[in-house]
Amino acid sequence: MLRRFAPCDDGVVTFTDRTINQMSVTTLPPLALAHRQQSWLVRLFDYKPFLIVMCLAPAIGLLAVFLTYPLGLGLWLAFTDTTIGRKGVYVGLENFQYLLTDSLWWNAVFYSVVYTGIATFGKFALGFWLALLLNNHFPFKSLLRAIILLPWIVPTVLSALAFWWIYDPQFSIISYLLVDVLHWRTSNVDFLGSPWPARFSLIAANIWRGIPFVAISLLAGLQTISPSLYEAAMLDGASAWQRFRYITFPMMMPILAIVMTFSIIFTFTDFQLVYAITRGGPGNSTHLLATLAFQRGIAGGELGEGAAIAVSMIPFLVFATLFSYFGLARRKWQQGESND
Amino acid sequence: MRNDITRRDALALGLSAATFAATGAAAQTSSIKAADVAAPKREIEKGASLRMLRPVRFVQADEDVFRANAAKFTKDTGVEVKVDFVGWEDINQQTAVTANSGAGPDIIIGFSDAPHIYIDKLIELTDVADYVGKRYGGWLPLAQRYGKKNKSDAWIGLPFGATAGPLIYRKSILQSVGFDRVPEDHAGIVDLCQKLQKAGKPAGFALGNAKGDGNGFANWALWSHNAALLDEEGNVVINSKETIAALNWVKQLYPTFIPGTTSWNDVSNNRAYAAQEIALTANGVSLYFSLKNDPATRAIAEDTEHQLLPKGLAKVSPMAGLTLNAMVFKHSQYPNAAKAFLQYMLEKDQYEPWLNANSGYWAQPLGAYAEAAVWSQDPKVKLFKDTMNSTYYDGYAGPISTATGAVSADYVLIQMCASVATGAATPEAAAAEAEQRCKRYFRRQR
Repeated sequence: MLRRFAPCDDGVVTFTDRTINQMSVTTLPPLALAHRQQSWLVRLFDYKPFLIVMCLAPAIGLLAVFLTYPLGLGLWLAFTDTTIGRKGVYVGLENFQYLLTDSLWWNAVFYSVVYTGIATFGKFALGFWLALLLNNHFPFKSLLRAIILLPWIVPTVLSALAFWWIYDPQFSIISYLLVDVLHWRTSNVDFLGSPWPARFSLIAANIWRGIPFVAISLLAGLQTISPSLYEAAMLDGASAWQRFRYITFPMMMPILAIVMTFSIIFTFTDFQLVYAITRGGPGNSTHLLATLAFQRGIAGGELGEGAAIAVSMIPFLVFATLFSYFGLARRKWQQGESND
Repeated sequence: MRNDITRRDALALGLSAATFAATGAAAQTSSIKAADVAAPKREIEKGASLRMLRPVRFVQADEDVFRANAAKFTKDTGVEVKVDFVGWEDINQQTAVTANSGAGPDIIIGFSDAPHIYIDKLIELTDVADYVGKRYGGWLPLAQRYGKKNKSDAWIGLPFGATAGPLIYRKSILQSVGFDRVPEDHAGIVDLCQKLQKAGKPAGFALGNAKGDGNGFANWALWSHNAALLDEEGNVVINSKETIAALNWVKQLYPTFIPGTTSWNDVSNNRAYAAQEIALTANGVSLYFSLKNDPATRAIAEDTEHQLLPKGLAKVSPMAGLTLNAMVFKHSQYPNAAKAFLQYMLEKDQYEPWLNANSGYWAQPLGAYAEAAVWSQDPKVKLFKDTMNSTYYDGYAGPISTATGAVSADYVLIQMCASVATGAATPEAAAAEAEQRCKRYFRRQR
């Protein structure tokens, strides 16, 4: 204060002088005392290795307790024959060997891949389209953008229950419309009673739920593209399709890669929709690996086998992640080189 | 799940039953005969206190009377009892944790097979069982099966009651197609169901992944053909000619059902019946009570009858009841107090009001309680009093184990029936696949 105010004018100087005199009497000694007392603490906190340990400890602790330990335990369980209520022993690869002979596991692998593939394609096609629409100027833009997010905000179990009613064999709203209102059919639609209709019904529900996430993420990406690129392209006479193909799409590649990676992981590990709507039925035709793992591990009590099923998801997830990361994100032009 | 619905539906009933329990039970003259048997001598530990878990109530009066009985025990003996009510879905997990950690409640009332799974962690309750058995007309067959160790007279669990899912049907609709009740033979049932379908009010049984109703139907189909999951030694014998016969019967029956039963869960048949879409299904007593307590559906309840599952080739109605089964853990510091408490709760001064308070949701494990007032209140509920007379149980006819519970939780038998019904598999292939899955679950039981 003194240094800042002193050169201004005399009045201020006198004022600050007085203030400083007062301070020297009342506040300086305790400050100095505190300084001397805390000095070892202060020095400790200035010591870099200590600071690093202190700042990392909570994060590492949380990761270890809530991620590493459960994951490690899950991996370990997969190699034991633990059941609920009984400690297991190490059985090596026995669980995995059994799964390879288990037609229900193969069925779950098959449906997980189909589910992820079709649902991701649907979500991205519709989500990208929606993002492009939302990127235009129109009235109530912000409000509409907020409404679009609703399916994503509603807890999955609630939307799953809604779909469960929509697909109900007796009380479906769609059947009601088709049979009683429009008279296009004479019998109710049997959405969940046989394997393929049930599989596609679940995929439709998953797409509905996933679109907002894709659309909003891609919308954020679209808004980072500089308008000058489009202006330059328009001056060169580029058509709307060319602007999309040569500006929007390449500029969106990095964010597409990230969003797709997340989307694939979310879809492949989906549990709630399937469990709430079909419980894997009819038969076991709509089990995903996650629901099958729960069914065997918790409901059936075979924790070891359930863990093995969960572990068997890891290679698929690693592959999907690497694919979208290397396949979509690592373009040379992004690193300043030309694309070959 | 069926349980949620039934509890919710039961709330309305709770009020009336609570007033009945509070006012009626005390004044009522008991008709239960108790034999004069000397109670086993045991000294309650000094300073004892107990903690127990049990599944949540169907009706409010259940909890009220249970708590009142526990408070009475505290007054008589000075032993503090803390009772916690746990959701049906959670009780198995909490039992597992209690058993494995050797800490927690002294007593848990779990479901059917729980004492058989945690047998090493429990104390024997033979003295209590012998005493109340002799005093109250003997333990009924289902209670003996769930209470005793396999092939032994040692008791590891004390059944408190059971609830089952018999047939429930619309009397007027059956009469309109020429039946007074559901026939006891398989051909007759197919005939009835075909006629119901023609009349536009078909039958419907859950063939989806429905733990209660689905397993109930699959077990009925198998047992009524004398097929079974296990033989008495515990060998998996599901792949048998009896099973094939049962599956062929299901295949014949399925086209007469209302469409969509392969995706039914435990509430689907309740809804379809309440909406008058079906005339015949199998369900617990909750469905009837929910219809009766709602003025909008009271007419349906009045036209509704229950019937024990038809016997087919079996000697008695092949119907297994979900059983409340009490167990005392070895880690309890006060085993004598725990035994005294359970014995006290099964004595007629406590058990009879509790049974009556439950309005028929739970049926007694001891012969003498068949005379309780609850069974003469509503003639349509009366047949539930024989629930524990059944000789059939989950995992019939083998020893009860973890694997028997796992097979029903994993819907193995329902899926076998459903795949044959829909034509996805031949009976032979479906039975072979079920055998493979069961053998996997039972690989450690022998």
